[in-house]
Amino acid sequence: MQKKMAYSFPDEVLEQVFSFIQSDKDRNAVSLVCKSWDEIERWCRRKVFIGNCYAVSPRMVIRRFPEVRSIKLKGKPHFADFNLVPDGWGGYVLPWIAEMAGAYPWLEEIRLKRMVVTDESLELIAKSFKNFKVLVLFSCEGFSTDGLAAIAASCKNLRELDLRESEVDDLSGHWLAHFPETCTSLVSLNISCLRSDEVSFSALERLVGRCPNLRSLRLNRAVTLDKIANILRRAPQLVDFGTGYYAAELQPDVFSNLAGAFSSCKELKSLSGFWDVVPAYLPALYSICPRLTSLNLSYATIQSPDLIKLVSHCPRLQRLLVLDYVEDSGLEELASSCKDLQELRVFPSDPFGAEPNVSLTEQGLVAVSLGCPKLRSVLYFCRRMSNAALVTIAQNRPNLTRFRLCIIEPKTPDYLTLEPLDVGFGAIVEHCKDLRRLSLSGLLTDHVFEYIGTYGKKLEMLSVAFAGDSDLGLHHVLSGCESLRKLEIRDCPFGDKALLANAAKLETMRSLWMSSCAVSFGACKLLGQKMPKLNVEVIDETEPPDSRPESCPVDKLYIYRSVAGPRFDMPPFVWTMGEAVRILH
Amino acid sequence: MENSVAYEKATELRLGLPGIDEPAVLSSVKNNKRPLHDEKSGENGKSAQNETAPPSKAQIVGWPPVQSYRKNNFQQAKKSESECGGIYVKVSMDGAPYLRKIDLKVYKGYPELLQVLENMFKFTIGEYSEREGYKGSDYEPTYEDKDGDWMLVGDVPWEMFITSCKRLRIMKGSEARGLSCSGV
Repeated sequence: MQKKMAYSFPDEVLEQVFSFIQSDKDRNAVSLVCKSWDEIERWCRRKVFIGNCYAVSPRMVIRRFPEVRSIKLKGKPHFADFNLVPDGWGGYVLPWIAEMAGAYPWLEEIRLKRMVVTDESLELIAKSFKNFKVLVLFSCEGFSTDGLAAIAASCKNLRELDLRESEVDDLSGHWLAHFPETCTSLVSLNISCLRSDEVSFSALERLVGRCPNLRSLRLNRAVTLDKIANILRRAPQLVDFGTGYYAAELQPDVFSNLAGAFSSCKELKSLSGFWDVVPAYLPALYSICPRLTSLNLSYATIQSPDLIKLVSHCPRLQRLLVLDYVEDSGLEELASSCKDLQELRVFPSDPFGAEPNVSLTEQGLVAVSLGCPKLRSVLYFCRRMSNAALVTIAQNRPNLTRFRLCIIEPKTPDYLTLEPLDVGFGAIVEHCKDLRRLSLSGLLTDHVFEYIGTYGKKLEMLSVAFAGDSDLGLHHVLSGCESLRKLEIRDCPFGDKALLANAAKLETMRSLWMSSCAVSFGACKLLGQKMPKLNVEVIDETEPPDSRPESCPVDKLYIYRSVAGPRFDMPPFVWTMGEAVRILH
Repeated sequence: MENSVAYEKATELRLGLPGIDEPAVLSSVKNNKRPLHDEKSGENGKSAQNETAPPSKAQIVGWPPVQSYRKNNFQQAKKSESECGGIYVKVSMDGAPYLRKIDLKVYKGYPELLQVLENMFKFTIGEYSEREGYKGSDYEPTYEDKDGDWMLVGDVPWEMFITSCKRLRIMKGSEARGLSCSGV
């Protein structure tokens, strides 16, 4: 009976039903129901997310989903953020743009993360997609302001241009002037990563002034404090604003102008930027502080007393990014003022200093975990930690979903007992049952991995450094963490045994990164031979891995599942382990 | 342990490539990067005279995991500070667990500097007089000059002070009083 019903709906009706299903997971599930649903679904899938650009080829995506309007691609492994992935490794978007240019003329959105984007790619985008609306380049590199000029000039309906944290060859600020006078569609513009001192400010002002739907604007450092007021007055509807340089000699008229401009932005909820801050100008923000839900002060070198004053004006704060100048005292104030806090990130002001330069310890984090009942996501750099503190945090905040702790000195033990921090992190995974992301640090033995394997059932991403004693550690994680998708490991004594024993697990994950570990070249080859659905890439910049005995450990290893087979755009220092002992290169 | 039994069984996948029987004990790969200073004293901090601390740490690539984007942008801020010719010196206080750093160029004279130090370390400095140094407090601000000598803050003109001061130390107790006697 039910089978008949499924077929009795015309395709258009099913399509309409499917259009309400937005999540990729649900869409994938829909396509597994039966052949006809798969067929209908694939024709009406509009959004595709590809977490690893090498897991599938552009042609395969196009073949399966012919009517895509929005694509999101990720390239390099996460550790590329910390210079562990050599330049030239890969992650080129051009082949994707080239294929999509022909196949998806109505493509509207491209979102990329950690990919190499050239001016040629940008020019191709500008030329090929007549209804192009959204370009997000998150942590990308390889392009210049010339490419941006092409986008600005050609994309008549551009809504979003977001270059967050990308490295742009900033040749000239005049690219902004390439936005035609007829362009009024911008909703979001983020140019905070641009470094040059010349931004065509008049072009920017005019652009902002003629885009009534502009909701998010993040400026770069070149925009000085006195110019902020002018910009804000042209866009009082802004919800998210990133300042440029927030420093100048204190002048009463500049101050009152700025304060007035901020107070006219009744919708403003999120602030960022704040390079080079002069604390005397912070009170200009007081009128909007009561509405602020997100505040990024992670580049602001302001001290704890000024931070405390500012934060105490923001009772609705949900997200705070700050430098460790906030100190324990600042975090205690945060804990008492900001009961809605969900996410906290504390970055180190002097990560390479041998001695602590601020009074920020585990106490600050404990205070926030005690005082902020909605805290879910933590990134915390500090110089000392104790098991007791971690246990307290775990017991008080079982709702944590992301916990990333970086104790700056590798292998630092519990400062009170000098023991490893196994028990502390164990408490985190045990109590925080919805923990999806975890980064470890400090002195850790195989025991911590036993806890993680036992309790970390929802864990999707794990980052490990300078930890563990033996392969057993890695084995615990690979055999126990059912939801694991991404695992990245550096400088741990994990070798062949655990990796080979859990080879099948690797096909259920997006990727595994291991550098400065103890995996031998021979094991890599074996894995490559036995697991055709995995790309096993060995990275070595000094010499080819086969110039040494097979038992020698490889420098860096990146393993990811793929239906596209080995890639062909590898640089000379990357080798894919292939079938029949042949090493493809 | 259940785990290790399953673990041993599962290693049947290994088709016995020669030379990989032991879990890798390749000591050359094992992380030899021990922390350079083993004392994790925490509360009982290092005094300013702990000259055994190494001058600079060997930097490990990619550690601590600060995004290169963040590093570049922050370093730009710091660079512009030093380009303006700031004179940064470390400040320590006997009994305090951590040091601070201040830019002497920012202050116009001794009163301002002393005020800042009082706020920073939450204590009071006594009244300065040329003859008797600082009276009325257990603490005395001192500095190490270019010759390596420890001097009392305030004795020389401000301009001379900021060019010759290498680091500051707020001494406590009898040691401090010793300095303030003209006999030193």
